[in-house]
Amino acid sequence: MAKADFEVPKLNKYPEIPPVVPGAMAHSKPYVAKPAFQEPLNFPGELPEDWKDGAIEAMGDLLGKYRSLRVHLDSCVKCGACTDKCHYYLGTQDPKNMPVGRQDLLRKVYRRYFTFAGKFFPKLVGAEDLTEEVLDDWYSYFHQCSQCRRCAVFCPYGIDTAEISMAAREIMDRIGVGQKYCNEIIGKVHKIGNNLGLPEAALADTLEGLEEDVEEETGVAVKYPLDVRGAEILLVTPSADFFAEPHVDGLIGYGKVFHEAGVSWTLSSHASEAANFGLFIGSYENMRRVSLRIREAALELGVKRIVFGECGHAWRVAYNFLHTLAGPLDFLDSRYPVPQHILEFTWDEIQKGTLHFDKSANDHMVITYHDSCNVARASRMGDEPGGQFKIPRNVIKAVCNHFVDMAPETIQEATFCCGGGGGLLTDDLIELRVKGAKPRVEALQNVIEAHGVTHMAAICAICKSQFGKVLPYYELERDMIVSVHQLVSNAIVLTGQDDPDQGERDPAEVKGESE
Amino acid sequence: MSIVVNGKTLETDEEGYLADISDWEPSVAETMAQQDDLELTSEHWDIINFLREYYEEYQIAPAVRVLTKAVGKKIGKDKGNSKYLYGLFPYGPGKQACRYAGLPKPTGCV
Repeated sequence: MAKADFEVPKLNKYPEIPPVVPGAMAHSKPYVAKPAFQEPLNFPGELPEDWKDGAIEAMGDLLGKYRSLRVHLDSCVKCGACTDKCHYYLGTQDPKNMPVGRQDLLRKVYRRYFTFAGKFFPKLVGAEDLTEEVLDDWYSYFHQCSQCRRCAVFCPYGIDTAEISMAAREIMDRIGVGQKYCNEIIGKVHKIGNNLGLPEAALADTLEGLEEDVEEETGVAVKYPLDVRGAEILLVTPSADFFAEPHVDGLIGYGKVFHEAGVSWTLSSHASEAANFGLFIGSYENMRRVSLRIREAALELGVKRIVFGECGHAWRVAYNFLHTLAGPLDFLDSRYPVPQHILEFTWDEIQKGTLHFDKSANDHMVITYHDSCNVARASRMGDEPGGQFKIPRNVIKAVCNHFVDMAPETIQEATFCCGGGGGLLTDDLIELRVKGAKPRVEALQNVIEAHGVTHMAAICAICKSQFGKVLPYYELERDMIVSVHQLVSNAIVLTGQDDPDQGERDPAEVKGESE
Repeated sequence: MSIVVNGKTLETDEEGYLADISDWEPSVAETMAQQDDLELTSEHWDIINFLREYYEEYQIAPAVRVLTKAVGKKIGKDKGNSKYLYGLFPYGPGKQACRYAGLPKPTGCV
């Protein structure tokens, strides 16, 4: 499958900076949200007649609220350092996908209406009126930014294009031009509690099925509890973990880790989603409404800790903003990180020696690791700088014998986005997603050829779905992408677990294998 | 957007999913499959029927694992995996099969 009605980029042995093709992606536009998807988010349903005034007013409001936005718009010196850093430029060759090109779409309007020079001498400073054509470009190209912040790493001023694209989307939402994919989903979270619209009964049924499967496979009654009052830990995880593969294999892994660690935990049907698409559309109000569900669930269930599952931008929101959006969280146990990432939890338990692994269970794989952009460049883990790079790798190495990193300029803080982040993981943007994945897939292809890599692990629901969809376009297998906790799940030896060859297995006996 | 089935025009969303699930009848699936150059066999119908039954009970499509497990129980363990489902529905069982079954498209990070 993976028939494309566009040209799939050719992978190169070495990264090449391609020549510009102006307008190459001008046709790429996601479906616009209907009024029914706008209104639950408190946005107007349609473009009003006085939309220009509305847009300028919204821009002024955001400039007043976020000083950083004004700094980002003021400080570019057109040095060119960012021009070859965006995966969407590298994959599409459209100069408006160069970070500076994208920023300028908003910057030229900012200058026209908010700076002295732009008001009186617009041509001298590249200031332009807001017109329908400009709005059209905004809608197209601010939905070609995955807000991954790779460009910001290389900008000498640290200009964050992600923040500019969030602001642009917020401005468009406020004049009734929203994106269907993000806004329909946020509406479902407000109404039902998760991106899928998965109701409580279906969630309970799905979790029950997992319990049966794990018990059948291991002989151990690992629980996947829902809405258990008084549990110590509330696990907040992307709803894709309930629904899709390989996500669910990661969820199975979290449950096994909690079981072996001997802690009580629960999921919540009220806060059955870690993802927070309010971030993608730059809407503080919607981000807050989504986050508050987590607070409400934590209080209702009386938990002492909140742990987040494998979701990139959820961790970005939780790590940076949960206290602001849903605080105070002083009812939680301050001896643990508030909130905590599942990888921090698992790595702690590995260091304490409570988990035992048979690493040979992953011997059929040679693993590489894709740093998810939001974890890599917008958060941390653990208590040391770079923990967000080290801890996932430490966990993988604790459960796998064969691990290889991709090229250094494509990982850690320089990681390439999967191509589907930031609210772009939708079929109407498939061309953009396939092309934007090129730099990552190129680096992957190189370790496949050089080191026989067979699988790539990730800790983000979007990355997992995106790769499952786009890898076949590059003639790679859909199921090459795995969850980190899927690897943990494969290797973990549960107390009392059946051994398919030798009957019951004693974790103490296999301890040596994990060291 | 819309689709014409047995002379009736049925409303769909931009991506071809039925706007109103109660418009569904078996020929909707047949027509959609024809447009994708796919011939529906009894194996396809097993999946479509299960999706509809599950949706009726839970108002959502089943998770992939719920679906593969049900297929494994009903048709045979060797077929209870997503590889089998992708073989039947190359655009992805979650999306293509849901569309044929008249269900809304699963949304989110899937």
